[in-house]
Amino acid sequence: MDRRSFVSLAAVGGGAVFVAGLPGCANLGGTDKTASANFYFVQLSDIHWGYKGPDNPDAAVTLGKAVATVNALDVQPDFIVFTGDLTHTTDDQAERRRRMTEFKRIVADLKVKDVRFMPGEHDASLDRGAAFIEHFGATHYTFNHRGVHFVVLDNVSDPGAKIGDEQLTWLAADLAKLDSAAPIVVLTHRPLFDLAPKWDWATRDGAKALEILMPFQNVTVFYGHIHQEHHHLTGHIAHHSAKSLIFPLPAPGSQEKRTPLPWDSAMPYKGLGFREVNANAQTATYGIREFAVVRA
Amino acid sequence: MSSLSRRAALQRFGAMIVAAGTTGLVAKGPRAQQQAGRIIEIEARRFRYTPNEIVVKRGEVVTLAFRALDFPHGFSLPDLNIRADLIPGQVVPVRIQPMHSGRFAFLCDNFCGEHHEEMSGTLIVET
Repeated sequence: MDRRSFVSLAAVGGGAVFVAGLPGCANLGGTDKTASANFYFVQLSDIHWGYKGPDNPDAAVTLGKAVATVNALDVQPDFIVFTGDLTHTTDDQAERRRRMTEFKRIVADLKVKDVRFMPGEHDASLDRGAAFIEHFGATHYTFNHRGVHFVVLDNVSDPGAKIGDEQLTWLAADLAKLDSAAPIVVLTHRPLFDLAPKWDWATRDGAKALEILMPFQNVTVFYGHIHQEHHHLTGHIAHHSAKSLIFPLPAPGSQEKRTPLPWDSAMPYKGLGFREVNANAQTATYGIREFAVVRA
Repeated sequence: MSSLSRRAALQRFGAMIVAAGTTGLVAKGPRAQQQAGRIIEIEARRFRYTPNEIVVKRGEVVTLAFRALDFPHGFSLPDLNIRADLIPGQVVPVRIQPMHSGRFAFLCDNFCGEHHEEMSGTLIVET
């Protein structure tokens, strides 16, 4: 993909603007891993390992192909994030664990070993995150990387799509340590804003999280759940959803039902993919570059 | 939708909403029955509401009486800013009075399993 197709969000003063095809975006590419402020990471989302159905007859190999494509990137990312729905849900607790074990075995082939996981509702909502924690660790946490503070929020372990007061208190306490100008990236599964409540594309108490984040000038959210690229601003906070690796879903609210877009045998993996995010901590800008599952 | 725009939507639809409690029978006695209006019983089970199409008249007071059979399903009617948790073993009454005609989607918003995404229905408000 041409780097001119980057979508970049630049914080300007108290607001933020979307800029597509920013001149100079190529300079954001993660080619200089020694710089203290520039780096890039890869976001993969909504793998639904274990899904069997007509909407992706290649489900058993799609993840493996994506792993190979990531491994073939010219410059490897600093780290990789999976923003939830690693597995397709099942009532069978043993089967859920088997799917998580298989998923871990496949992604262990990634060259980059710094991999961050978070749950989606398919992973965590039926057992409040128990199996996920056994296999992947905490469902919410923070980490710092080259000047950017990353916050992983869990809005799925509660089957009612709530972050919950306890985690919100934890979030507020974590952010209280930061300068209001600190670059902050939130990684989560569901949209924190009401994107399409009639399709369950929301977080019930997401507004409370955004209220806590709002005083910080440089906040960007990367999430999954909706199986497509989508960009939105709530005030100065930018929200970017990622494509999935299983099947695409229709544009938010565009039809009565959120039924998957049908598999196109003439164009396998159409609408699927992953992205790299080129971060510049000094300017709090993030260039997004989308990739197909299989490199053309 | 922001809370502000939700409020605006609520005002636009002019819905009167009362979740009338979570236990027992709906609308005991004549006065309570008058307040509850017409009662429509709805069964919620994985992954379907029965009925999943509810037809009411604009301005009509209706109580939706939910019985969840197998899971604490949710009932969410975002356009009218209504939601409720449907506790198995209880009748959960939700009183509505939609003031605008149209088709309004409702859904289960408590993740209930593999076909959770299919558990939805439509409120049809006729003039």
